[in-house]
Amino acid sequence: MAKSLFDKIWETHVVTQRSDGRDILYMDRHVSHDLHAPRAFGRLGKAGRKVRRPDLTFAALDHSISSRRKVDGGPIDTMFTIGSREGAKKFGVRVFDLEDPEHGISHVVGPELGLILPGSTYACPDSHACTVGGLGAFAYGCGTSELEHVFATQALAIKKPKSLRINLYGTMAFGITAKDVVLKIIATCGVNIGRGYAIEYAGPIAEALSIEGRLTLCNMAIEMGARSGFVAPDEKTIKWLEGRAWAPTGDKWDAAVIHWRTLKSDEGAKFDKEVSVDCGGLEPQISWGIDPSQIIGISDIVPDPIDKDEKQKVAMERALQYMGLKPGMSLKGLPINQVFIGSCTNSRLPDLEAAAGILKGRKVAKGIKALVVPGSAATKRQAEAKGLDKIFIEAGFFWGEAGCSMCAGGIGDSVDAGDRSVSTTNRNFENRQGPAVRTHLVSPAMAAAAAVTGEITDVRELIAKGE
Amino acid sequence: MQPFTTLTGIVAIFMRDDVNTDQISPGVGSHSLEPNYADQLFRNWRIKSDGTEDPEFALNRSGFRDAKILICGDNFGCGSSRETAVWAMIDYGIRCIVARSFADIYRENCLKNGLLPIVLPAGDMHRLEHIAQEIDVESEFTVDLTIKNIACPDGTSISFDIDDAERNALIEGLDDIGLTEKYDSEISSWERKVKDKYPWLQELIETN
Repeated sequence: MAKSLFDKIWETHVVTQRSDGRDILYMDRHVSHDLHAPRAFGRLGKAGRKVRRPDLTFAALDHSISSRRKVDGGPIDTMFTIGSREGAKKFGVRVFDLEDPEHGISHVVGPELGLILPGSTYACPDSHACTVGGLGAFAYGCGTSELEHVFATQALAIKKPKSLRINLYGTMAFGITAKDVVLKIIATCGVNIGRGYAIEYAGPIAEALSIEGRLTLCNMAIEMGARSGFVAPDEKTIKWLEGRAWAPTGDKWDAAVIHWRTLKSDEGAKFDKEVSVDCGGLEPQISWGIDPSQIIGISDIVPDPIDKDEKQKVAMERALQYMGLKPGMSLKGLPINQVFIGSCTNSRLPDLEAAAGILKGRKVAKGIKALVVPGSAATKRQAEAKGLDKIFIEAGFFWGEAGCSMCAGGIGDSVDAGDRSVSTTNRNFENRQGPAVRTHLVSPAMAAAAAVTGEITDVRELIAKGE
Repeated sequence: MQPFTTLTGIVAIFMRDDVNTDQISPGVGSHSLEPNYADQLFRNWRIKSDGTEDPEFALNRSGFRDAKILICGDNFGCGSSRETAVWAMIDYGIRCIVARSFADIYRENCLKNGLLPIVLPAGDMHRLEHIAQEIDVESEFTVDLTIKNIACPDGTSISFDIDDAERNALIEGLDDIGLTEKYDSEISSWERKVKDKYPWLQELIETN
């Protein structure tokens, strides 16, 4: 029988079915993070349990740390980093500590280090675990209790989600990135379509994206409600992983590659739901509202709730009020206060290169606060080797230390109250980046363009001028 | 986990759709390790920017402060996986949420903490919302998980559905990790099998 990629990964990883009907699904890799780990380690110890496979388990420190930790002179550690480190030491788990060359955002370092492999399963106590599906892995975001469960058993007890394939077709237009594609998908499909499903992104656009682009694409599966999203691995994936720090080598690598080449949905595989999104002729996308489906193209006008159904109307009116916008207006030219480039969505080397490409020879507009935070220490080193840090700094950006930073208004990295922020992150929720902060989600190049002009800008106009 | 059998209390109505966990439990980096979670619950909506309470917010309205049951809209608890968004409910005193639908991770976090997540079909949801709106504030509802029923103060009975195993786990207050640990030998044999077949999954070495 024809099987989907999801079926293949699931079948390989089901240990058995529990008496309550849930499948015990083995987790090949597990990366915890600082907001959840201290409590989970604590409860584990109290219950007299151990980490079953410390060799497959890692502790990232990413959420509670400031990107300014090397310049502000304040305390670098938080209760969360200290608790994670102590717990990890007690249970024999490798910490990607703050000074570790492998430090970074869990969803960035996992792929970068070759910890995450095609066809593998991955648990992380974070809803953006789905990011690593870009390598063809089944990643499952969870809470603290499930984190503790994975620590103790190296497995999760879950019911198999249904399958949703999103076919992305069309040709990517000039200046369009994976971020624009995923924002368009969410705008088209809504914040509910993925609830209860695992998403396979397929079609010519998914195939054409770089691995970093696929990581961005999968990162926002949760914004449609799906705990997991992935793209089938291909030769690009294999090439990208070869030689990475924790990737297999020698005979193991050769055998893995043979297996990975079988990891695709068979012709005729059945999906519980299938949708198509046309990405042809797409222009840069930007969020106007307070949920990630409230998206428009940069040339579009802010939509009018008047002809919408009651439910949508209420949501849109709330969003308009919170964001300080009126129906029919253009976002282009709207003054902003803050630009943030970073987060598990857009903090990889090509993201930084795209932003730097816009910033080279330009300056951040007067009065604009601009922050760029690489997703990992390794990304930061690579960017510095290419001189990107200088471009950012000369333009007027603060070049921060790796971490989640301003995505969720973490310690030391919030947007000032009430400010308008243009951000490469994944959530434009109310108050997320700071009290009353108005967040507009965009690609890194769009964020850089806004920094330069001090207002929401169509990056394509700057590219044209620069040429 | 604290078992859940029956719960009697006031119902608060908060029908907004797509309520995300950033609103239920705000402020990722500002929490201490063991903060007062109840204080954090809906903080940005309960408390205005000038520090005073918003009297219109569902849980601030007269008589609803001590609500034990919350009725909500679609996709409740979407966004971040933070379990604090469940602990905040429990610490506040809310042990049951009735919603049109829940986000997947939030629902799972509820089940793991003895907070009963009930999903009602549109008609029943509408009925419950209507009764809760019309009834005296002090009137109490009783949610009985053993018979899967909500008894309303006006005598109306609304039955609900929940997976048998999940219901049993809530009633017994079962240790979910303990349930999986019973299959320890199966997990070990899976590990041995996979070590032979897909060694790169089971043997992890930093080489490059």
